[in-house]
Amino acid sequence: MFADYSMSELGAIFAMQGFAGLILFSVFVLMALGLAIIFGQMGVINMAHGEFMILGAYMTYLTSTLFEAYLPGLFSIYFFIAMIVAFFASGLLGLFVEWSMIRHLYKRPLDTLLATWGLSLILQQVYRSVFGAREVGVSIPDWMMGSLPLTDLVEIPINGIFVMVLAVAISLAVYYLMFRSSWGLQVRAISQNRVMADAVGINTAWTDRLTFGIGCGVAGVAGSAFTMIGSTGPTAGQLYIVDTFLVVVFGGAGSLLGTIASAFSISQAQSIMEFFLSGSMAKVLTLLVVVGILMIRPQGLFSLKLRK
Amino acid sequence: MSIASNRLFTRQDIIGFAVLAAVVFIVLPLTLDSFRLNLFGKYLTYAFVAVGLVLCWGAGGILSLGQGVFFGLGGYCMAMFLKLEASTPENTAIQSTPGIPDFMDWNQLTALPWWWEPFNTLTFALLAVVAVPVMFAFIIGVAMFRRRVGGVYFAIITQAFAAILTILIIGQQGFTGGVNGITDLRTLQGWDIRTDAAKETLYYVNGVLLFSCLLIAQFVRKSKLGRLLIAMRDQEDRVRFSGYDVASFKIFIFCLGAAFAGIGGAMFTLQVGFMSPTLVGIVPSIEMVIFCAVGGRLSIIGAVYGALLVNWAKTSLSESFPELWLFGLGGLFIAVVMLFPNGLAGLYADHVAPRIDRLLSRKSADVGPADDTARAAAE
Amino acid sequence: MLDHNPNFVLSVEGLTVSFDGFKAVDDLSFYVEPNECRVIIGPNGAGKTTVLDLICGRTRATSGSVNFKGNELLTMREDQIVHAGVGRKFQTPSVYEDLTVFENLELSYPHGYSVFGALTFRRNDTVKLRIQEIAETIFLDTLLEEKAAYLSHGQKQWLEIGMLLIQDPELLMLDEPVAGMSVAERRKTAELLNKIITDRSVIVIEHDMGFVADIATRVTVLHQGKTLSEGSMERVQSDPKVIEVYLGH
Repeated sequence: MFADYSMSELGAIFAMQGFAGLILFSVFVLMALGLAIIFGQMGVINMAHGEFMILGAYMTYLTSTLFEAYLPGLFSIYFFIAMIVAFFASGLLGLFVEWSMIRHLYKRPLDTLLATWGLSLILQQVYRSVFGAREVGVSIPDWMMGSLPLTDLVEIPINGIFVMVLAVAISLAVYYLMFRSSWGLQVRAISQNRVMADAVGINTAWTDRLTFGIGCGVAGVAGSAFTMIGSTGPTAGQLYIVDTFLVVVFGGAGSLLGTIASAFSISQAQSIMEFFLSGSMAKVLTLLVVVGILMIRPQGLFSLKLRK
Repeated sequence: MSIASNRLFTRQDIIGFAVLAAVVFIVLPLTLDSFRLNLFGKYLTYAFVAVGLVLCWGAGGILSLGQGVFFGLGGYCMAMFLKLEASTPENTAIQSTPGIPDFMDWNQLTALPWWWEPFNTLTFALLAVVAVPVMFAFIIGVAMFRRRVGGVYFAIITQAFAAILTILIIGQQGFTGGVNGITDLRTLQGWDIRTDAAKETLYYVNGVLLFSCLLIAQFVRKSKLGRLLIAMRDQEDRVRFSGYDVASFKIFIFCLGAAFAGIGGAMFTLQVGFMSPTLVGIVPSIEMVIFCAVGGRLSIIGAVYGALLVNWAKTSLSESFPELWLFGLGGLFIAVVMLFPNGLAGLYADHVAPRIDRLLSRKSADVGPADDTARAAAE
Repeated sequence: MLDHNPNFVLSVEGLTVSFDGFKAVDDLSFYVEPNECRVIIGPNGAGKTTVLDLICGRTRATSGSVNFKGNELLTMREDQIVHAGVGRKFQTPSVYEDLTVFENLELSYPHGYSVFGALTFRRNDTVKLRIQEIAETIFLDTLLEEKAAYLSHGQKQWLEIGMLLIQDPELLMLDEPVAGMSVAERRKTAELLNKIITDRSVIVIEHDMGFVADIATRVTVLHQGKTLSEGSMERVQSDPKVIEVYLGH
């Protein structure tokens, strides 16, 4: 199959394919970070995670529309404001959901799964009623359009680079929060020994709520970033949910580094296979390999052997 | 009482089975026109899945979010046979390759794939309806339960299987009919399944099969295996250290649930006349869980009512208020988890059953001796 | 590895388990004779429960050997270890709360272990009589119809002991059987244990020294995953090393 291409063309194809893999990696990382906090640290299954991302995307869409109409002069930087709006919109919704629903179900993980699935259906219908059933796209500021020519054959789209930069920045922010802030310390303490954490004076109920809220907020920011490379529809969140959970579980729940490593391996595997196979078969094979490895190593790639 | 009377049916069970039989075999056929009866027949095929879920999830604590896979596999096995019967060389004379299913011809296939061949035989197809889902369940079950994967991990991985099978079916449209599924099914051994009379017959066949599954489920629940499942759900380690190979029981019950789902899928194909990936994926699979939850996750009879009610509500609501349906379904998921964890069966057991018991015991006080002889005869 | 010595029911040799480098049990060896009641004591974190977990297969050992009547337990599955004749009681009472006392005992009745066996298991008179007999031993014969969830803490402990007794194991392992019990319950449990330890080997983890002196044939003191001292209660109590880390405070 390579015979038809010249050396430089082959190089270009691999470079482009590799870059596509990197963008997919960034997308996976962004999707999985929020879930790694909520599922990895709290053990809560939030099936509405995708809908929290979509909320962030819709918030970005709203912000871009508002800037276009009222502040066209500042349009080139609207995206940064949109990300903050997205964080708070999804985060506040997360706080409310934790308070009204999740906290009553901490001891029933399977029920949490079903209840949050119900929530995801409701949110989907809300989006459909408010924003319409059709997909919406945001207007991208001029500086983010176009691409950087790397060689004659290889061009890199700027919005792709932007999403990658965002993925790195948000990962660093989450890392800082988890391992350098007092909130992160409390979250990790609770995830290791809830009773003890309670006893040493950590307000576990509030920390749980805040954790859930921050996880949802991160999802919102991820959704916001997605608007730069694709359009948003009411049911888009549902498409992500299985992939996202697999990334987190595959990495070993509770390990941030594991999540990133697993996002990397899954995205690279998928984009490499896409080169050789049809898109759907690449997806099937990737999922099968991931599920197969999980059957052999259910604790994921990175996890400690713990005393029962 | 429970030591002495470890019977297959308690009085409450008998009432439950009798009322359900009356609803399925008398009330629904008498009150519904043949279009609606066929619709309810379709709902009842989901009840097979829901009954299986009561055993796996309600009793055993194993939540599978991939029951659509087994429903779909059973349904596809049936559909493949029917499709081959409909694709005679005479019927498909206009195709570039006559004698193969139309969708294969559209996708430039020139011969029937080898794995379609056995589905020319009805016996093989009927066996496959049960065997294929059970085989898949067995493989998944062995891989997961031997490695002690359970709870939410199991749920997510079964969900991934639902996603994988859907993508596979849609992607390989030359072999599977793709997103449209396998359609235009006509006859079963020459018997036209599209007529009203045939649909009515199929409704009753479906009902009888459902009751067979219910009886098997009842037997399993009342056996020691049923009590072991409950014990495993609460104290898996204690069961293991009482000398049981916990994984083998989980594999068994998961396979049984898959077998039920496969039969349900086949009956769906027969009654509705097609099978498509929309019945396999993540969304239908998790909806099947809600049928079970609404009926009451611990009650096999409740699961049947759950499937009927939720689907009936879905049809009526999405006919008149399509926007409301998703709100309703979403609300149902939340309500059944937060407010009525035991579903309809729980409400029945709390509010209706005590009254019936009181009523019956008042009566039996008048005819005491007769009741005693009846009980002795039953033992 | 030594051949099986018929003088011992259980031979633990060089047993080691490490969790990410931390050796919870470190090169531990001890031997249990027939009809012996061995009590394991030691400060928190000494690895007492882990030793029981290793013997019954709940935790996989890193290295070493656990030989029970000629069977190497470390390569066997939990249920196979039970069939070989080892019974284990957990620290917190593990009974099936949704089932009745009768059903709890019935599930432990050593028959119908396979899927098919469980489906065709009949509740015949032999089973009922045996359950009745065990229930009397564990003081629960009047509560057979009660759901286990409604039992007191002490009664749950007895029920779990009963669930082991019905299997008649040759080696019985009990993890803190009197923890959390009232004084009256404690006395009754001592009476119960003295009755059931007579014709089998028993390993008990216990903190209550009066109780230990009451039942122990020999005592093993664990400290940081190793044997610190072993012998009769008097000898162990007078061992200066033991006094240093454990009894002396």
